Amino acid sequence: MSQEVDIKKLEEQARKIRILIIEMLSRAGSGHPGGSLSSVEIVTALFFHTLRHKPKEPNWPDRDRFHLSKGHSCPVVYAALAERGYFDKKELSNLRQLGALLQGHPDRRTPGIEVASGSLGQGLSVALGMSLAGKMDKKDYRVYCLMGDGEIQEGNIWEAAMAVSHYKCDNLCAILDYNGFQIDGRICDVMSLEPLRDKWEAFGWNVIEVDGHKIAEVIKAFDKAKTVKGKPTIIIAKTIKGKGVSFMENVADFHGRTPNEPETKQALEDLGK
Amino acid sequence: MAELLFQREVYGKTLVELGKTHSNIVVLDADLSGSTKTRLFCKAYPDRFFNFGVAEQNMMSTAAGLASCGKVVFASTFAMFATGRAWDQVRNSVCYNNFNVKIVASHAGITVGEDGASHQAIEDISLMRSIPNLKIIVPCDGPETREAVIAAFQTPGPFYIRLGRSKIETIEGKSAFKLGKAYAVREGKDVSIFACGIMLHAAIKAHEILKKEGIYARVINVPTIRPLDKDTIISCAKQTKGVVVCEEHSVIGGLASAIDEVICENAPVKTVRVGVKNRFGQSGSPADLLKEYNLTDLDIVAAVKRVLSK
Repeated sequence: MSQEVDIKKLEEQARKIRILIIEMLSRAGSGHPGGSLSSVEIVTALFFHTLRHKPKEPNWPDRDRFHLSKGHSCPVVYAALAERGYFDKKELSNLRQLGALLQGHPDRRTPGIEVASGSLGQGLSVALGMSLAGKMDKKDYRVYCLMGDGEIQEGNIWEAAMAVSHYKCDNLCAILDYNGFQIDGRICDVMSLEPLRDKWEAFGWNVIEVDGHKIAEVIKAFDKAKTVKGKPTIIIAKTIKGKGVSFMENVADFHGRTPNEPETKQALEDLGK
Repeated sequence: MAELLFQREVYGKTLVELGKTHSNIVVLDADLSGSTKTRLFCKAYPDRFFNFGVAEQNMMSTAAGLASCGKVVFASTFAMFATGRAWDQVRNSVCYNNFNVKIVASHAGITVGEDGASHQAIEDISLMRSIPNLKIIVPCDGPETREAVIAAFQTPGPFYIRLGRSKIETIEGKSAFKLGKAYAVREGKDVSIFACGIMLHAAIKAHEILKKEGIYARVINVPTIRPLDKDTIISCAKQTKGVVVCEEHSVIGGLASAIDEVICENAPVKTVRVGVKNRFGQSGSPADLLKEYNLTDLDIVAAVKRVLSK
């Protein structure tokens, strides 16, 4: 399947999404660039290739479900939704404003957002509910859940990890954006997660490790996950926090700080705009 | 002697009854299906029942995911864990999304008895009452439990239904349950006694005792705590000389607080709260605990007299 994919085109799409993220966050004056930029290839692969969806019919019953468990990274999803035509791109400039379609963290008022998120650790459970509903209704849609690495320090994630595996939810694919940073610093300094592969395997999951910035690898992992029966898959995507913007890469501070005017100029230059 | 029923038994049977004709009902539990009686549904419709083990947070957010796909989800565990342990999931996954999740929690209040303070939810209404979108029902007996569960099923959006552990006498001759309606079960002109759950029974007994002393107390059942029947509360406050509110719950944040808020803003009269006074529970028989925590008919009689005293 992957041979037919125009990777160059997807990479160009990813670059556009990065530009939109910087522009919307710079305008909003608050928000989370680091984890948005690290997820760009994952989200691009999903929304521009892997997901079965109809942007003009967001409630199409047979759609694949995508749930952003790490809600603070919503700018990357908003950019993808806008680019796919879920809503007018003009909405991106109202991010975080009073009454805006695009809230600071995902809200169901936004077409394409299935379930609100923001309080970390709940999304894998939400995805489990979607997966069980699909199985009960004998539907063949798949459920994708994007989690953050800091996020999986939440106990709720491991309750869900147990249950998703217990109920053999092979229609569910979790993706971990493993950028190695959380607000207070490096994951390994704040609260270590390793050995991560072993942990998920011990919980009964199929684990695939990829370079989260190589779209072809990410797509291949999604395809592989579809073929695994009887257990869920987690794609551990090694990424770089702030990817694509020179001064944001691997800087914990840009988890939750937006670029000022000169920084924005520099960031857009880095991204070739 | 009136019929004695377990509210949770009635709940389980009602689920089975609803499940027969509504294939979109899904029931969840967190390792307490034998106690909450969701096991009855599990036996009847095993494909639509999911046990999550001792993991209430996961259960609540999974309920949200199921509801996002069109299911009507009933999620049950003890009141302590449904409202305390999983509060954030109830708020953010269920209520913020305004999902069709009906949280039906058993073993509320101090009449859980011998298990003691860790299992006696006396803050649950308070915790739930501050969350937007959530409707709250505290049924007073078996039949009202059935009516409340059916109403919750028929009404879109999230619900919290609070049930007790022990068998409870059926109150004969009362009105049918209507969501958002409070109504008098005994008439009186002197004082209004508002009550919910098992305290309605004590309030009715207090009414009989007071009548013999020439004090006529109106007893009002308030099964729906949200949305609260403000009109009935205001008119009762205006028609009588004072108000007593009784609940098997902390006096902070529950029915008494809700009613006092309405009265203070609309028809200020003297009110006295009969509830747990800023204390944890403890082990004991339900009857001994009700005495120890001043939740008996005699405590309500004393409260009425306080209201009427200058």
